[in-house]
Amino acid sequence: MTRPLLEAVNLAKHYPVKSPLGFKTGAVRAVDGVSFSIPEGGIYGLAGESGSGKSTIARMIMGLTTPTSGALLLGGRDIAGQAGRRAYRSKVQMVFQNPGSSLNPRRSIGQSIAVPLSGLSRRARAARIDELLGMVQLPASYARRYPHELSGGQRQRVAIARALACAPRLLVLDEPTSALDVSVQAKIIDLLTELGRELNLTFLFISHDLSLMRNFAEEVGVLYLGKLVETGPTAEVFARPRHAYTRLLLASVPVISDEEAALRPQVPLIDGEMPTAEQLIAMEQR
Amino acid sequence: MTLLSVRDLSVSFTTYGRTTQVLHDVSLDVPACSQIALVGESGSGKSVTMKAIMGLLSTPPARINSGQIFYDGEDLLTMPPARRMALRGTAMSMVFQDPMSSLNPVFTIGDQLGTILKYADRRLGRQRGRAGRRARVAEVLAQVRMREPERVAGSYPMQLSGGMRQRVLIAMALLSEPTLLIADEPGTALDVTTQAQILKLLKDLVEAKDLALLMITHNLGVVRETSSYVYVMHKGRVVEEAPTERLFAAPAEQYTRDLIAAVPRLTGPALTAATGEAARQGGGAP
Repeated sequence: MTRPLLEAVNLAKHYPVKSPLGFKTGAVRAVDGVSFSIPEGGIYGLAGESGSGKSTIARMIMGLTTPTSGALLLGGRDIAGQAGRRAYRSKVQMVFQNPGSSLNPRRSIGQSIAVPLSGLSRRARAARIDELLGMVQLPASYARRYPHELSGGQRQRVAIARALACAPRLLVLDEPTSALDVSVQAKIIDLLTELGRELNLTFLFISHDLSLMRNFAEEVGVLYLGKLVETGPTAEVFARPRHAYTRLLLASVPVISDEEAALRPQVPLIDGEMPTAEQLIAMEQR
Repeated sequence: MTLLSVRDLSVSFTTYGRTTQVLHDVSLDVPACSQIALVGESGSGKSVTMKAIMGLLSTPPARINSGQIFYDGEDLLTMPPARRMALRGTAMSMVFQDPMSSLNPVFTIGDQLGTILKYADRRLGRQRGRAGRRARVAEVLAQVRMREPERVAGSYPMQLSGGMRQRVLIAMALLSEPTLLIADEPGTALDVTTQAQILKLLKDLVEAKDLALLMITHNLGVVRETSSYVYVMHKGRVVEEAPTERLFAAPAEQYTRDLIAAVPRLTGPALTAATGEAARQGGGAP
């Protein structure tokens, strides 16, 4: 095993809940004691539904919010204090869910990609933009176009090119294909796989789509209500899910073949509100 | 017997003086008590087809150039508007995709369902008092498995979870005892475990009440779970139709094959129908 590039150690983020008078009355445990590590060049998937804390983890890694307790280590160094700095930003980049809203409509594609390249000379910048567009398999002429002229898949390629502009080592992918058609999604996933191999990138892949997770991530962590309920090699977790919630999640996936259907655990679907992880386990044992 | 029959429907849109044909001779049949799916990617024309059936297309910009839509033997496109109004929302009704934008935030669920029922009754010339309406609202809310129908009827949309709101929309569609239910991507906005609940509920209701279901979706997994016959749309045309099982086992058209191939499998990468045996034996686990 290669050494870990990113490590989360007992990571937690609690948001205070205030009464109408402004007194602190409690806390929402958005992320609660999460630990995982991603090896250099690895693809780690965080699977979870809304409210599971997966986006909060992404925000903490990006330095957009600070952990309440616990630590995030990049290459063995705590990111606290360095997360907002340029040097850190050039190592960790993010691709957002909706390329329609993460690209500035008033900037041409070339201008958008050039933002992280301000240190280069004009000529070197133009050459780098060409190179980056080539990496995401778009023609160099697209640098002069605007986001509204591009399809959703092309826009997401631009967002990937922009994230790669400063040659990062870790790419955080927050539901990068959930706004796209399935045929476009397949192409974006192929592209990411290829880029990861070529550039020796490390990916943190955040998604609620388990089928996609199975096909892309090497290791997976299943998040439920802020806690990591199960983690392991993807094939292992999917073949032999150990936690009741993982089984429920797998049982819920709509599939297109009998082979896949056979893989889904036979558990009753929950009717109504979602229970806590402990209640889920108790329900299964009954 | 065929309940709904769309024959050679062609629709075009005129915007800024330019006319684009978006549906080319679309034909599809929904027999009574059947479960039919209409699947396609964005821009395929599935939503325009649905809107034409329900009479929700704004004309202009849309124009129905040719074709017929028969409901129970009557052509919806040539019948008097009053007759069509009487059918819409009563004999044929719709489950919309986005519960947040289909419910009015300032009225209680009971108010909204009651109002819809009042106007449906008026169109059909039925007599029902306020108490009768309240009883009927509670009845349909119970049918969509709300544990406390009275409490739900008295609450506002924001007080309910996404899954509960979606069930309210299903209840709404059931108010006037329709024979045909058109569902537009129900559950797409929801978490996968909640979506599984909604699909199961819809299927159970359709089977218990002998309704015909036309499921409009982009998700092939949903097609397999909810339909027995499927129409595949691409660029405004029905490119393939087949019993659902056969479509997945032996897709005839290249487009359908590509679409199916693009779907990520729960069994993992590089496992196709040919290696299904391996999948059954352990999900590709090492």
